[in-house]
Amino acid sequence: MTHLLEVENLEVKFALRFGDLTALDDISFHLDKKEKLGIVGESGAGKSVTGFAIINLLSKPGYIAGGRILFEGREINRLSDEELRQIRGNLISMIFQDPMMTLNPVLTIGTQMVETVMAHCRVGKAEARGLALEKLRKVYIPSPEKRLEQYPHEMSGGMRQRIVIAIALLTNPGLIIADEPTTALDVTIQAGIMDLLTELCETEEMGLILITHDLAVVSRVTERIAVMYAGRIIETGLTHEIVGHPRHPYTIGLINSLPGTRRAGSRLEQIPGMMPNLTAIPAGCAFHPRCFFAAEECRRTRPELSAVNGGRHWAACLRLDQTAGPNHLHD
Amino acid sequence: MPNSSTPLLSIRHLVKHFDISGSLLDQLTWEKGRLRRRRTTVKAVNDVSFEIRRGETLSVVGESGCGKSTLARTVIGLYPPNRGKIIYGDQRIDNLSARQMLPYRRRMQMIFQDPYASLNPRMTVARTLEEPVVFHNPSMSGAAAAEKVADVMRQVGVDPKWADRYPHEFSGGQRQRISIARALMVDPEFIVADEPVSALDVSIQAQILNLLMDAQDQRGLTYLFITHDLSVVRHISTRVAVIYLGTLCELAPAADIFSRPRHPYTQALLSAIPRLGEQRSQHIRLKGEVPTPIQLPTGCVFNGRCRYADARCREEVPVATPLGPDALVACHRVAEGKL
Repeated sequence: MTHLLEVENLEVKFALRFGDLTALDDISFHLDKKEKLGIVGESGAGKSVTGFAIINLLSKPGYIAGGRILFEGREINRLSDEELRQIRGNLISMIFQDPMMTLNPVLTIGTQMVETVMAHCRVGKAEARGLALEKLRKVYIPSPEKRLEQYPHEMSGGMRQRIVIAIALLTNPGLIIADEPTTALDVTIQAGIMDLLTELCETEEMGLILITHDLAVVSRVTERIAVMYAGRIIETGLTHEIVGHPRHPYTIGLINSLPGTRRAGSRLEQIPGMMPNLTAIPAGCAFHPRCFFAAEECRRTRPELSAVNGGRHWAACLRLDQTAGPNHLHD
Repeated sequence: MPNSSTPLLSIRHLVKHFDISGSLLDQLTWEKGRLRRRRTTVKAVNDVSFEIRRGETLSVVGESGCGKSTLARTVIGLYPPNRGKIIYGDQRIDNLSARQMLPYRRRMQMIFQDPYASLNPRMTVARTLEEPVVFHNPSMSGAAAAEKVADVMRQVGVDPKWADRYPHEFSGGQRQRISIARALMVDPEFIVADEPVSALDVSIQAQILNLLMDAQDQRGLTYLFITHDLSVVRHISTRVAVIYLGTLCELAPAADIFSRPRHPYTQALLSAIPRLGEQRSQHIRLKGEVPTPIQLPTGCVFNGRCRYADARCREEVPVATPLGPDALVACHRVAEGKL
């Protein structure tokens, strides 16, 4: 069976003066219709680059150095610019963190939406406007006719993000990549936007890639997660498996460092140090200098993803036999 | 030392409004054939009263634009209040001259959200840290100041041998440690921390929260902690104050507010927190959006979005009233015993 999206051994590099910098290393995952995948990691882990690579928005000096990206069975990383335009924005849409940066401040919402439709489909202005109204209703914008005449600054952050989602829906995409879509929003608004995205995946039969640093949001929304560290996926599988029984020491540390998982007022478990810069990724396992379980072999051998629990959970760690301890989540 | 039940700081009916009407010409408008002058004010903090006890962490939570940062800055004296009193120990401090305020400035310090913006890029870490301590103790020798710098740097987990470096040479987490060190340099009793971990990654956030909790244990600090991150609040707070549109909705011990929120806004806010391992969300959906703080709703500020609002809520402003020994709730329906 072909998946909606298949990423195989993706490698992204940045060509710099002193040589190539590997930003993504051997990234593989797949996604089906109506499925929601979370890509989690801290700043600099390569989550956003993954999103950009899929819709080929990598700007120079970044380039795809290896691997394949298949959308509905078609390889999309070797298309010409013109062919790519048909896919980007049409079949795959992307939503970014800050809706004020995405929307043009000097154009009305209506102008921006009609423009988007007409850039992608051969329709008249009236038809495009009708389509815009339909999508605004889908994202629960009250009195959409009035909103079409307004400018982005006249709306709240939550409303703007709904408009951005409506714009992403205009071309009936099969896949939405949402890069930190609620990080700039308040919790009450965030919950509403996440519910909306979940609902749209179902009703519009779309796949969703949710890129975020927020494990709690991911665990609420997605079915599967990929945890990234220093440009690699270090743990992946079913969301409830990973959140409930993390096996990679980094994921374990990340979950235990969240306030709210331990008794109030107690010391939070902390991961020592910080993520390495891409220019200085340690040899062997990139996490070994911060790892509680690290042994001699971790300094030399780079671990590959290996199955932990049948087909439901993989982790890239040489010391998996050590990390199966009790679940720290609810103590 | 006074006993621990006397408040370290109390604010009474604090009001802070910002005039945004611009110049005189901007304020003038023609209305019905007459020239009229209109003023626009943002009502950021409205009649807020509470006490901060010695040694506790009081967290102020609310959504963006609710006035929590304004409240923090007014409390520490960065903004003069329009009305109300701020009492530190037994001294009213909001009406002091800059000179009279000096000893209190040493006792109160602030940590800001963005460690990239709050450190002077042209000053080495050593100079940044020395400045406050030398300012407050002009007689201190250079050697003593340098020793103090090294001492505090060690306490916050930054190697003193980096004292001659500039802020850009440090990561975000390290910079926040330096900001904390700067606040600790003058041995304050009270620290206002405005979103101190919001700009940091999760694993770094835990390091900084641990540092803040350790400093509190070792030095007996009192914190006023401003944040929108409710899981952080739950972890570190003694008591929690919930603010909506510049008005105090509810104040209660942290454990109580999370297990049994009373104010309808607190209930909605807390229900929206995503929790790890929780599959479906069952949050209370609020209708509409936060009204503008320029034109406050009449009656209870939350009435337009509250599912329990009735006629009284639309007319009469609820006053924060004690509920049980340790809690305040500003809600007519709770006061009437109907919630």
